Amino acid sequence: MNNVHRSNRVTGVLAAALLLPGLALASTLETVKERGALRCGVNAAQPGFSALDDEDTYQGLDTDICRAVAAAALGEGARVDFVPLDSVERFAALQSGEVDVLSRTTTWTSTRDTTLGLHFVGVSYFDGQAFMVASDLGVQSAKELDGAAVCTQSGTTSELNLSDYFRLNGMSFDPVVFDAPEQSIVGFEEGRCDVLSTDASQLYAQRVQLADPDMAVVLPEIISKEPLGPAVRQGDDQWFNIVKWSLYALLNAEELGVTQANVDDMLDDDSPDVMRLLGRDGDYGEGMGLAADWAYQIVKQVGNYAEVFERSVGAGSPFNIGRGLNALWRDGGLHYAPPIR
Amino acid sequence: MIHNRTMIDPRPAPRNTLGPVAWLRTHLFNGPINTLFTLIGLYVLYLLVVPTVQWAFIDADWVGTTRDDCSREGACWVFINARFTQFIYGLYPRSEIWRANIVFAGFFTLIAWLAIPRLPFKRWVAAFALLVFPVIAFVLLYGGYFDLPRVPTHRWGGLMLTLLLATVGMVGALPIGIVLALGRRSNMPIVKSFSVVFIEFWRGVPLITVLFMASVMLPLFLPTGITVDRLVRALIGITLFQSAYMAEVIRGGLQAIPKGQEEAAAALGMTYWKRMGLIVMPQALKMMIPGIVNTFISLFKDTTLVMIIGLFDLLGIVQAALSDSRWLGFSLEGYVFAAFMFWIFCFSMSRYSQYLERRLNTGHKR
Repeated sequence: MNNVHRSNRVTGVLAAALLLPGLALASTLETVKERGALRCGVNAAQPGFSALDDEDTYQGLDTDICRAVAAAALGEGARVDFVPLDSVERFAALQSGEVDVLSRTTTWTSTRDTTLGLHFVGVSYFDGQAFMVASDLGVQSAKELDGAAVCTQSGTTSELNLSDYFRLNGMSFDPVVFDAPEQSIVGFEEGRCDVLSTDASQLYAQRVQLADPDMAVVLPEIISKEPLGPAVRQGDDQWFNIVKWSLYALLNAEELGVTQANVDDMLDDDSPDVMRLLGRDGDYGEGMGLAADWAYQIVKQVGNYAEVFERSVGAGSPFNIGRGLNALWRDGGLHYAPPIR
Repeated sequence: MIHNRTMIDPRPAPRNTLGPVAWLRTHLFNGPINTLFTLIGLYVLYLLVVPTVQWAFIDADWVGTTRDDCSREGACWVFINARFTQFIYGLYPRSEIWRANIVFAGFFTLIAWLAIPRLPFKRWVAAFALLVFPVIAFVLLYGGYFDLPRVPTHRWGGLMLTLLLATVGMVGALPIGIVLALGRRSNMPIVKSFSVVFIEFWRGVPLITVLFMASVMLPLFLPTGITVDRLVRALIGITLFQSAYMAEVIRGGLQAIPKGQEEAAAALGMTYWKRMGLIVMPQALKMMIPGIVNTFISLFKDTTLVMIIGLFDLLGIVQAALSDSRWLGFSLEGYVFAAFMFWIFCFSMSRYSQYLERRLNTGHKR
């Protein structure tokens, strides 16, 4: 921080101590531009969503959402300071302004949306509780799991979801509860349970840790709704729009077939939707205080949603998670982005 | 009378009371019960050591750069190798690591200088280490001066951060602890009650609560947009917490000094500070060494708690690395490495304190 900035802070403390809070604060976009970097709250260690690679860079789906926002707001996707946050402190960090965006495998629920002073901008990943079984059991569906021993983690909603699901389907199960994901996967591998159940995203990460990942399969049933998405502070609608439309731009780019590789060729495409997305026709960044090429920068620097998905958790990653619910609406999934026009 | 007193040449002790065989017989195979226990012990040792050695050395993979270079039959040290820089420096920019290296070199040189009795100019080196070196280290690590690019504290991590937290905590807590201990024994009511309240408050809350308060509550009290650096928050929390413990260790040492010592010093006309500085403290500090080092060691290990406020100390960065999709499933190697590093530092501290006790043992041996 330079001296001017620091004295601003001191003045800010004094002002806030004397006046009502929330007065005369710069917009988040201005703050981010002045700082020259987006501050993004992420999970310290969540395989496929945000994890440190050998080169000290965070990789994953959650972190790429932040890169997309930085590409739109600053024109440079690399200018993100990732702030690893604990699940308890994540909301406080967003409320206090320590981070500009929270993209940390956070489930969008009514309580969080309405009581914590934050807005979820949309869903970046449709997660949900699923089941993993040993492949030699030959089980095809969760409906065949009557009487199974199920490994799960304590203190999560997983246990509750499990008993609800089994009761609804008139089946019984035998819970085997562990404290941490590393322990439950070992329990599963040692055969202490027939089934391992937790959120699908985590199941795939646990599956990779098996000595032979092919010994287990994840069943198609998803028994709970866990829509994960980025969130911003309430009270700055412009910033809310920027993050929301950065996410939509990723989805729209996939829908229109614009990829990181072909985005420069697509500049000459004469489809009106593509021209509007890439800022060739009209200025759709103006309403958010962004440059006309904001979406072009996102696709150029980060890619479209399919590319982000595949390299983080999909076919280009060790997890090999299918698109499923996370496919576009026209491919049978749930992702549906409003059009840019 | 025959006076022929030839001495018989000394003979070696009987063979069965000398050498390794005799040692084994007296210590390990002394009777049927001891023999049985020795054999059971050896068998348990065999069960433990052989698979460990097999895993850690014989079946282990040492060379390579990716996960595929590991056979997964034994330990995959390739993982540690590939991540070593990260484990030591955290996310410190690779091009700026030389700065951290200078600080590391300076740090260990100063410690060695102060620890080895033969080296001269102790007083000057100590002053340099306490007054000048922290400034140099800060300028080097944080940058922003002399054209050094600024490295924000959220990029500091690994062993570097662990050492930083522990050192600042120890160096900061000792003087505060001495003052608090003297304050608690003082006759002045305000000083005394302040010390008591401070010590009892900080001793009454767990360190993890202090850190949580610093990271979750503090930002909510401050106005939006005002943030205090996380590392600074953690350092202040750790130092205050540790000084309360230190104060009680020091108070224990002070109480072991007979009151006559201080009264005799007072009779000689010494002021309070002279009595404390020249008579009481030198005797007390010597007795406190085990307690102080014990506190230091526990602080060194407690620094791992900063993980919960998003700082990557040595253990934190190892755990973060474990979730890299290219290196999933090597948690055992990661934790063994972290444990080994912590053991090296804690064991060295413990050995040095024992050496110091022997050296300062001037007639207080009990």
